[in-house]
Amino acid sequence: MSATPAECAPSLESQSFAFESLVAVSEQTTNVWSQLQRLLFLQDYNTRVVLFGAAMLGGAAGVVGVFTLLRKRALMGDAISHATLPGITISFLAASIWGFDEKSLPLLLVGATVTGLLGVSTILLLRGLTKLKEDTSLSIVLSVFFGAGIALLGIIQQMPKGHAAGLESFILGKTASMVVSDAQLIAAASITCLAGCSLLFKELKLLCFDENFAGSRGYPIVKLDLILMASVVVISIVGLQAVGLIMVVALLVTPAASSRFWTDDLTKMTLISAGIGMFSGVIGAAVSALYPRLPSGAMIVLFCATCFMISMTLGVKRGLLVRSLRRLKINRSIGRQHFLRTMYEVMEQKQQLGLEQSITINDLLPARSWSKNRLATIVSRSAREEWITRIHQEVRFTKKGRFEAERLTREHRLWELFLIHHADIAPTRVDREADHIEHVLEPEIVAELELLLIEDQRELPQSPHGFDHWKQTDDSKNGNQKPNGNQKPSAEPPVSRARTGK
Amino acid sequence: MFSSSDKQQDDSDSAPLLVEDLTVAYHRKPVLWDVEFQIPKGSLVGIVGPNGAGKSTLLKAIMGLVPIATGSIKVFNTPYRKARAKVGYVPQKESVDWDFPVTALDVVMMGLYKQIGWCLPARRHHRTQALRAMEQVGIADLAHRQISQLSGGQQQRTFLARALVQNADLYLMDEPFAAVDASTEKAIVEILRGLKKEGKTAIVIHHDLQTVNSYFDHVILLNMRVVADGPVEEVFNQENLNKTYGGRLTLLEEVSEAMRRRERSL
Amino acid sequence: MTLDLNWNWMLDGWITAVAVVCAIACALLGNFLVLRRMSMLGDAITHAVLPGLAVAFLISDSRASLPMFIGAAIVGVLTAFFTEWIRRAGKVDEGASMGVVFTTLFAIGLVMIVQTIDQVDLDANCVLYGSIELTPLDTIDVAGWQIPRAFCTLFLVMLINLTFVIVFYKELKVTSFDPSLAGSIGFSPAIIHYALMVLVAITAVASFESVGSVLVVAMMVVPAATAYLLTHRLHIMICFSILAAIISAVAGHVSAIAIPASFGFRSTSTAGMMAVISGLLLFLAAMFAPRQGIAVKLWNQLALSWHILGDDIVALLYRVDEKQANQRTEKAWIREVLLCSPLSFTVVMTWLRIRGEIVIKTNELVLTDQGQHRAQNLVRSHRLWEQYLLDQVGIDPSRVHPQAEQMEHYTDKKMRQQLHQVTEKPSIDPHGSPIPEERSTK
Repeated sequence: MSATPAECAPSLESQSFAFESLVAVSEQTTNVWSQLQRLLFLQDYNTRVVLFGAAMLGGAAGVVGVFTLLRKRALMGDAISHATLPGITISFLAASIWGFDEKSLPLLLVGATVTGLLGVSTILLLRGLTKLKEDTSLSIVLSVFFGAGIALLGIIQQMPKGHAAGLESFILGKTASMVVSDAQLIAAASITCLAGCSLLFKELKLLCFDENFAGSRGYPIVKLDLILMASVVVISIVGLQAVGLIMVVALLVTPAASSRFWTDDLTKMTLISAGIGMFSGVIGAAVSALYPRLPSGAMIVLFCATCFMISMTLGVKRGLLVRSLRRLKINRSIGRQHFLRTMYEVMEQKQQLGLEQSITINDLLPARSWSKNRLATIVSRSAREEWITRIHQEVRFTKKGRFEAERLTREHRLWELFLIHHADIAPTRVDREADHIEHVLEPEIVAELELLLIEDQRELPQSPHGFDHWKQTDDSKNGNQKPNGNQKPSAEPPVSRARTGK
Repeated sequence: MFSSSDKQQDDSDSAPLLVEDLTVAYHRKPVLWDVEFQIPKGSLVGIVGPNGAGKSTLLKAIMGLVPIATGSIKVFNTPYRKARAKVGYVPQKESVDWDFPVTALDVVMMGLYKQIGWCLPARRHHRTQALRAMEQVGIADLAHRQISQLSGGQQQRTFLARALVQNADLYLMDEPFAAVDASTEKAIVEILRGLKKEGKTAIVIHHDLQTVNSYFDHVILLNMRVVADGPVEEVFNQENLNKTYGGRLTLLEEVSEAMRRRERSL
Repeated sequence: MTLDLNWNWMLDGWITAVAVVCAIACALLGNFLVLRRMSMLGDAITHAVLPGLAVAFLISDSRASLPMFIGAAIVGVLTAFFTEWIRRAGKVDEGASMGVVFTTLFAIGLVMIVQTIDQVDLDANCVLYGSIELTPLDTIDVAGWQIPRAFCTLFLVMLINLTFVIVFYKELKVTSFDPSLAGSIGFSPAIIHYALMVLVAITAVASFESVGSVLVVAMMVVPAATAYLLTHRLHIMICFSILAAIISAVAGHVSAIAIPASFGFRSTSTAGMMAVISGLLLFLAAMFAPRQGIAVKLWNQLALSWHILGDDIVALLYRVDEKQANQRTEKAWIREVLLCSPLSFTVVMTWLRIRGEIVIKTNELVLTDQGQHRAQNLVRSHRLWEQYLLDQVGIDPSRVHPQAEQMEHYTDKKMRQQLHQVTEKPSIDPHGSPIPEERSTK
């Protein structure tokens, strides 16, 4: 009979202990202000140590996280950090059996490193040798290793030398208890990782971007991968103390994912990610030190998450706001193009193509499936942008608008013809993202299409390339600086090719 | 089987690529059977064959990216490992994630990484070198764009520039003409001709049979084995094409299937 | 030290029962997590339900089951939803979006628990690694029987999961295999997806008390992965996963008592040992699964190489015989020609003699009639292949031999007939040797 209620008591006792460890150690002084002051001016030596450690950890995790994110192994850190638990408990047991100091941090971390690396290799082996996929291998290692750790922890709790005092804090983290030697360890590990990543910056970049090419140039892919995974192991392990093994993955993933919203450049991304990591580390640790009952690890993670949310909405490169603005702009430009072309075609039908001739809005309404309101919006916007002039219900082209309308109509007709007559090669040989038909099709094909158009008895608007100055004014006026890659300037200079349908 | 010391093949010493007796198997299912060919120096070589004929595998095997079952590959009469600096590789465009946060210039610079050396940062002259290569393919003005903002053709040119910047003597290109616009296609052809003029060699996987005659001077017809190889005008004919694209070698497939089954159930 | 189990049926019996139902409930859903490559989403949800629990506690002010389950289900769906939303709207890699979501939710839950520590009797450690040992103490009265509450809850959840899997078996199968096909024939993959997520969340909550949040992942993924390694059929996989779950649960509790006892400790965490045992089962499956197992593959390779060596020996003897060469076919000579290791040679020789294909006469190896039969068909295959490679594939005659040498070992009678037809019934091979007749059995 082993599991009597009385003997379950240790685990109950340890529960209350765990809460103590969760609650940030901060004297419950009523005067928060004086504490803030102490914190702000770093008067407290202990606070300085804690903030320094958290900052170093956040920075290093941010940098390593960028590479794991780009290597599409973001959750590897999760599995690795869980896999460290059995290592910690085994070294604790071993130390107490052979009479070493079982709470010596370096010893525990050596154990953590060993099982962490064992976890990585188990993942790679499972994925490589069996038909299990990556995600399953990750969760197997994560849960089985953690289970082994928990089982060993159950034994340690019965050991005579008190409960597994320090060990509990590895799971949920306890930044506030950081001492100088811990901070030194974190600093050393972080600097090693930072140095490694910056020295191998371009090699890691190549590895993450194009593994095959790296292989063809003779880079040792497996070794580079191992270096990257080893830094993940190191970060997870030093992060155990600060945020605990469950949440260290947040430090590896969240800053990196946030930074991607701000930039398209890997160097900047790395710096931003490191910055976010540091910031969250410092603020999280500070807030947890200031107020009672705010566990430091959780606070650091929450500040990371806040940064992520801000980045996701406001990020200047891929943030939601920027992207929806961009989409709006594209939709407007498409709407404008449709409008100008329709107006041209309607006027063409009425044979009223002169610059001084005008057309009523009601004439345009049946030409496309647009509602009256929508048409009115497009008309007033186009008038504002000086494509057309509007007098009451009548609209007429401006000079600039007329050229643009000609160009659009001509390209539209050529494009339609091309699709009809060259349907077989169209999908493979055509770069639809180019914005001018001359850049999409070979000149010979364009000439051939133009001939077809004439046979078709349709008038072909002249290629407006001679009027490139109009295009430029239009670009600058609309603020259409082509920031979004949807309108690509072509590689060729816009040479006027004298080709007319006449 | 035979050592390459046959003295009558004196020009094979400088041959950019000599493949002998090459067999490649994925999970014991052979992809390439007994491939054997030699590429003359300064030629533009097209590799043509149906889907699944092992064209990409052949290039990867040449570079040692897939394990080979038997055979030998000599690049400039040495194993690939030693001739790496002389070989430029243009992978398929689909093989990478174009959302990756790098600029076109960064990608082209990757071709110089070996030259720059481990752990060292790129210097100014490397940058100018890369820009020059981009100019050559006509995308110098896009150097600072993030790669997802390039069109398909421009992405392909970026890859080409990355290979060109290495200043290699032998280029291996995996479908550079796939899904590119006409002007890019033309630019690539121009570049290939320029390479030939400089006495360099290019091996290009190609899909469009219509253009083989005008683009290449040497062709390898591949369907798990080399059906024919030689100058375009000699071997690129209907009979060889039928052999390449037509009749599948059902018995070969059957025996490789049997090999796999046997392996499992023994 | 004697190995004394100290088994108490009232306590340990119930603990095992709770463990078993918990493991089955988890494993049932785990099959689909593994098949849909969503194992990590299971991990994410089990962590992320913490704030749901805390809120449910705060609102209902009790450990009542219903509010807990509702809270967990809501947060579970939110986790799946946010992960998907961040992945799509923010163009973030799926793993990363999952990492962001579940760590954030877990942190929120932790803060909530710590903040309300006076009002809520909820222990983060208990959520993390459970306390199955305490479950028999908290009983409720069911028809006059004192049954542990945890057992009732988990049994109910297990029934729900079982019903779900049985009723929606077809839908689960098709949506796991090919979501777009499922969409096109009218099953909504999204509904099945979120239903699965709700059940994962509910199962996680029900299991917290017994195995804790991380080990729920072990019970979900590991038995299912073990089953996945053992079979290709979905319904068999589900049965195997249940079996693996039961074994892990029972053996887990027994070893949690027995193993520490042999070192002089009292019992350790049953949940932890369950995870370890399930890991061991997975290891065994990975090594010894029929066909796919790593050890099995190695053995197959060895057996295949022996088989080929046997082929080579009889074929060599046949050829010596055919050429009427004046060569003494002694063991040493054969080993020299075939370049084989002494060990495999001995093994293969013994095997050939047992099968009666070879006898030893005056130190020479001689084919029996049966051996002759095997050899003749082999040589026939070899020479037909040479002809085929030359004729149909167009390989140079000087190079067909090594290819044929490889393929001859895999060629059956039917294939030989086809070869015979395709190569227009040759009587000699490219090197001029005669192609022997087919010898059929009996």
